[in-house]
Amino acid sequence: MQSAFSDPILIFAVIALVGLAVLFGAVLGFASEKFKVEGDPIVEQIDSILPQTQCGQCGYPGCRPYAQAIASGEANINRCPPGGQATINHLADLLDVEALPLDAESGVEEEETKVAYIIEDLCIGCTKCIQACPVDAILGAAKQMHTVITSECTGCDLCVEPCPVDCIEMITVEEGLSNWHWTLPPSSSKQLEGFKITDVITTDRVKTKQDDAA
Amino acid sequence: MTDLLIIFIGAVLVNNFVLVQFLGLCPFMGVSTKVESAVGMSMATAFVLTLASICSYLVNTYILTPLGIEFLQTISFILVIAAVVSLSKMFIEKTSPVLYRVLGIYIPLITTNCAVLGVALQNTARSFSFFESAIYGFGAAMGFSLVLVLFSAMRERIAVADVPVPFKGAAVGMITAGLMSLAFMGFSGLV
Repeated sequence: MQSAFSDPILIFAVIALVGLAVLFGAVLGFASEKFKVEGDPIVEQIDSILPQTQCGQCGYPGCRPYAQAIASGEANINRCPPGGQATINHLADLLDVEALPLDAESGVEEEETKVAYIIEDLCIGCTKCIQACPVDAILGAAKQMHTVITSECTGCDLCVEPCPVDCIEMITVEEGLSNWHWTLPPSSSKQLEGFKITDVITTDRVKTKQDDAA
Repeated sequence: MTDLLIIFIGAVLVNNFVLVQFLGLCPFMGVSTKVESAVGMSMATAFVLTLASICSYLVNTYILTPLGIEFLQTISFILVIAAVVSLSKMFIEKTSPVLYRVLGIYIPLITTNCAVLGVALQNTARSFSFFESAIYGFGAAMGFSLVLVLFSAMRERIAVADVPVPFKGAAVGMITAGLMSLAFMGFSGLV
């Protein structure tokens, strides 16, 4: 009796399909190495300029989504109140567009650094401010008194609104020896070498939007 | 030359893949709510369809037929299509970030577009040559693009029109597609 394995068609079929699969696998493996893309460099750059308060005042759910929106030309660069004019100028430099004044709809720039402060005698432990905090800077549990980790607080105001007993105040932090930091150096332009901004952003489009706004 | 033109016109209008052969209906209904996304999908499909048509011709002619294993056409064509789609995704991502942003999410969807497999199988069934396969694939892609963009333009208008409540949404879309299909029957006998 002839074994099924001696049938040449069967062997051809197996060899051909395995051969094709191996060939395509090799081509795809080679291509994935050759066509490797390291993230979206422009989004990283924009994200590193934004203040990382994750406050959502720009209308996006955090700094990174806002960075993506700027990179894709959906959003203007002037919607970040915590960053203020300094951030806008920095972004304008990076993206080679004109600097705009801060968009009043998003909010006003706070001149001084503020942090949230919970008046602990009044706190009823409702955890509403904990849920509102974008950077997890509020400690506490249900029916326990809450408190703010000052070094983590970005002063974004988001916890003030949900508090049912109005026990959260924004207090100004005086700059002193204990909380003074070096300002960050301007981001190196080295990463942008060989990368054309026009690849990602059509400057015209941004300018048109800005003209419309003006 | 005339033969190629006839194949092209035939694929675009007379035997339109969507409205006459009813292949690729999933993206036709799914990605046609906005013209912008329809154009993106059309471009991605045109690219993949042409390339897959050529590659599956090569696989069929130089691997399957000499070995006498044409019964493996379907499975090997699916293999070819999946590889071509992945390859074009990587290629577009690397070479044109802007195009990738437009097409991005539609590219993997093409793998499941049965028009691509349909073209590959019809190429062999009608024993087309290399150029005929390429033209047929390209024509099928153009026909797909044409009806997808036309249909999405209509749906954009229907979305704001005063449609009776029971027909709102997908129902009126289906009716529109049916009417378009009827209209395309008018092209039969053109070539």
